[in-house]
Amino acid sequence: MAHPTQLGFQDAASPVMEELLHFHDHALMIVLLISTLVLYIITAMVSTKLTNKYILDSQEIEIVWTILPAVILVLIALPSLRILYLMDEINDPHLTIKAMGHQWYWSYEYTDYENLGFDSYMIPTQDLTPGQFRLLETDHRMVVPMESPVRVLVSAEDVLHSWAVPSLGVKMDAVPGRLNQTAFIASRPGVFYGQCSEICGANHSFMPIVVEAVPLEHFENWSSLMLEDA
Amino acid sequence: MAEDIQQKLEKYRTAPFDARFPNQNQTRNCWQNYLDYHRCQKALDAKGVDTAPCDWYKRVYKSLCPLSWIEKWDTQREDGTFPGKI
Repeated sequence: MAHPTQLGFQDAASPVMEELLHFHDHALMIVLLISTLVLYIITAMVSTKLTNKYILDSQEIEIVWTILPAVILVLIALPSLRILYLMDEINDPHLTIKAMGHQWYWSYEYTDYENLGFDSYMIPTQDLTPGQFRLLETDHRMVVPMESPVRVLVSAEDVLHSWAVPSLGVKMDAVPGRLNQTAFIASRPGVFYGQCSEICGANHSFMPIVVEAVPLEHFENWSSLMLEDA
Repeated sequence: MAEDIQQKLEKYRTAPFDARFPNQNQTRNCWQNYLDYHRCQKALDAKGVDTAPCDWYKRVYKSLCPLSWIEKWDTQREDGTFPGKI
């Protein structure tokens, strides 16, 4: 989850998010280097007493400052396209979960075997127990087996919502009447938080998403328990 | 043939990748499998043959389609207002 005074991304919990994080580091470094260079040149130009009144053309530098930016752009484009195609690869999910957006909660359906469905409401601030996170916790979490490709089909029952979990590198719009597919692999066990990412009315800020990645047996025990409770 | 279907169903984990629906929008995938199951049921019933092969489509649409959509369509089929051709 996010922490106070955070500047960068949350720690990656999926291979895709790791790639995105590293790419961002790479692109940001290039951008910072260019900006520093330009800022230096500006201050140097502004603070010199020298003048040059006779320069006419400068073939060499023109070539350099055309080719160099083109090379830099290629150095940004290649990793970017690599990740784009990586995210688009055909994966073979082990599990399909439907995430349905409502005003103002999410409901999750696990229907590969039995019909398991449950709602996931935010825990109101006054009901939090010590250690829990304000506006982020829910009564029921979306539990997934770790290290398994999971397909999430996102839709909505009323207005537009968006299902997002930053540490997994996932965001997908929930459109009524449409089934949007996304997938992720949780590389490690843990609890990953997200929030609704499309304005959907009064309690848009109060319908968070919590994904809990656990070992497979724990997932199987949890789903049996949930089915009994239903 | 019937044994293959049985085997496929026993090893079923979730709806596999369907090359007819390779992209983000899986609405049609759910719809098509729902239609295919009920068409298969109707056709095999009419012939008086075992409808077990149809169960594949059922597993797939159950995996993909939201429960509320399935309930709505089932009700529509009963009422005769289902928009698809079965």
